[in-house]
Amino acid sequence: MLGSFAVLRKQSLLGDAISHAALPGIAIAFLITGAKDTNTLLLGALVSGLIGTFWIRGIVTKTHLKSDTALGLILSVFFGFGMLLLTFIQKQPNANQAGLDKYLFGQAATLVESDVWMMAIVTGICLIVMLTFWKEFKILLFDADYTKTLGFNTKTIDILITSFIVLAIVLGLQTVGVVLMSAMLLAPAAAARQWTNSLSKMVFLAAIFGAFSGVFGTAVSASQNNLSTGPVIVIVAGVFVLFSFVFSPKRGLLFKQIRFVKNRRDLELHKTLAFMYHIAETHDNISHPHTIKILNNFQGYTKGTLQKLVDRGFVELDGNMWHLTEEGFKTASNLYNQQNASDE
Amino acid sequence: MNNAQLEIQLIASLVAIACAIPGTFLVLRKMAMISDAISHSILPGIVIGFFISHDLNSPLLILFAALTGIITVVIVEYIQKTGLVKEDTAIGLVFPILFSIGVILIAKNANDVHIDTDAVLLGELAFAPFDRLIVGGTDIGPKSLWIIGTILLVTVTLLITFFKELKLSTFDKGLAASLGFSPAIIHYGLMSVSSVTTVGAFDAVGAILVVALMIAPAAAAYLLTTDLKKMLALAIGFGVLSAVLGYWVAHWLDASIAGSITTVLGLVFLMVYLFAPSKGIIAVMYRERQQRTEVSLLTFLLHLKNHDDLSERHVKHLNEHINWQKVRSKTVLDLAQKNNMIVIKDDIVSLTEKGDAFTSKAIDYIITNEDAQIEDMKDDFFLFRG
Repeated sequence: MLGSFAVLRKQSLLGDAISHAALPGIAIAFLITGAKDTNTLLLGALVSGLIGTFWIRGIVTKTHLKSDTALGLILSVFFGFGMLLLTFIQKQPNANQAGLDKYLFGQAATLVESDVWMMAIVTGICLIVMLTFWKEFKILLFDADYTKTLGFNTKTIDILITSFIVLAIVLGLQTVGVVLMSAMLLAPAAAARQWTNSLSKMVFLAAIFGAFSGVFGTAVSASQNNLSTGPVIVIVAGVFVLFSFVFSPKRGLLFKQIRFVKNRRDLELHKTLAFMYHIAETHDNISHPHTIKILNNFQGYTKGTLQKLVDRGFVELDGNMWHLTEEGFKTASNLYNQQNASDE
Repeated sequence: MNNAQLEIQLIASLVAIACAIPGTFLVLRKMAMISDAISHSILPGIVIGFFISHDLNSPLLILFAALTGIITVVIVEYIQKTGLVKEDTAIGLVFPILFSIGVILIAKNANDVHIDTDAVLLGELAFAPFDRLIVGGTDIGPKSLWIIGTILLVTVTLLITFFKELKLSTFDKGLAASLGFSPAIIHYGLMSVSSVTTVGAFDAVGAILVVALMIAPAAAAYLLTTDLKKMLALAIGFGVLSAVLGYWVAHWLDASIAGSITTVLGLVFLMVYLFAPSKGIIAVMYRERQQRTEVSLLTFLLHLKNHDDLSERHVKHLNEHINWQKVRSKTVLDLAQKNNMIVIKDDIVSLTEKGDAFTSKAIDYIITNEDAQIEDMKDDFFLFRG
């Protein structure tokens, strides 16, 4: 759901960066408390994720480095630092340390009931906040300057959205792991984007896609041996995206291709018609018959296109001869005028 | 420092150099995240290469991995070209899916083999010296040293041969194309080099470190210079420095070498980010403050020039009138006095001749916005320095 905002805000890779940046937080939280309590670990992840996000912000606004550099930098540096801490922890004599690296790749099967409740609660809060600030989010998304002039505090709204994205990511970490989290954030939103231009519909669709890929993915991974849940979910989501890319009625590749071919055919028809028009022009009587042969040196002509022109009533055939009809002549001359008009 | 330690540091330094060169161009071309994508998506390539060769040390692995890296770039670009989603979304979609495929392939078919995802992502430099290349019975050094050395050699050769072309196409694509260099060839060339470097290096240091080594030194160098050659040199310097320092930190903490090199890289970048002379945070903040004071000064002088009444020019009144805090007005007053632009007599402020001339000039500049008017003021004031 929140992914929709990330996709539209061109911050898609933020998810990736945050999920990596959360690692040192988990490690530090563990170092401080010495216990493997899910909530404290998540809190640590949240804090370090937020620090990462705001540092990225700082780099982008204060220096001339571009956002991709900032993202990659924060991502790798935080992750490396997290790894350093993790290996450091592994050397410490503490029986609890095992399983910390589960956070890296995630394992939905390790979730216990309390975790699920926790997720449900957080999801609920996200939903409520989103509905309350729906208008503000929307307006900030599409026209930030306008929002400012209306007197909204853009910074607060911005921070709010970002915090919730971070929160969602940190929660998801347990399920699908660091690497795949960004796909979970992006894939449903990217798929939903293809089907609609309306934000509310997009968010709704993204939620459905996300839920479906979660359910399908888990089902597939449970039915087979040795399949970890995270990757399967991601692949299911990826299939959704691919499907959306190809088959969505307005933006999809398939329909785009169909439209493209159709346009090209139309253009060729027009070319033939224009050619005929030029021939017919030289005679006083527009329905003066000509042989089909003289069309042959013209590329746009095939039997099929000629038949199409006949179907549309622009041309009449008479054995080996053709002549333009009244209507065809008119259309063709209009065609020519239109072209001239658009040239000017 | 024994032989193995020396070798580790040597490998790390070579990797740092090999990464810094393509990294610099990636950062300049705003494609830094591609390196992250490549480093993840090479996993299925490695796995497939392993299925074919059944040998973890086969060069096929590297070949396939590099190929998947290039495929990633191609897919990302294709998705981008369709215009359905933005570039960053395309990257974010492609690499997790490829990575998932890799993970699943491993889980299904190669469970008993020693390629686990941890090793791919994190690498282990500490064992690099034990994996030795033996030619004709003699030990000629660690294998990864040779691999990365070869890659580095190729990269450097390519860099020197095509330096002009790379430079041109990085900064002015249009001109490069019109001069007859194909931007596509250079683009894919760069991508292939990055891909091969990533693959060659990940074996020794892990995917994350590769990304860090590519981006961090280049980013830090970019903050310090705008000269491409200097930037390359600086990036290499930072990389090597962090590699060696990082090794010793890891040695001291007894933790992952890759992790600690990354951390050192992060610290180096943080230092540069804070203290870089003209683009660091502190310098930027200082400049912004300076500009704010100067704007205040200008407002203040304009106010003085516009008002002749004594009451309007009383120190206390100014405080109220322009609505400044006490500290701020004091800074501005001091600055103006230091520059001999005002005199204060019996708490009444008046412009000196110099101040008067300055104010007129400044007004001229603001109205006409022509640089020529303020040439002689540029040395004293940040405001007028472009």
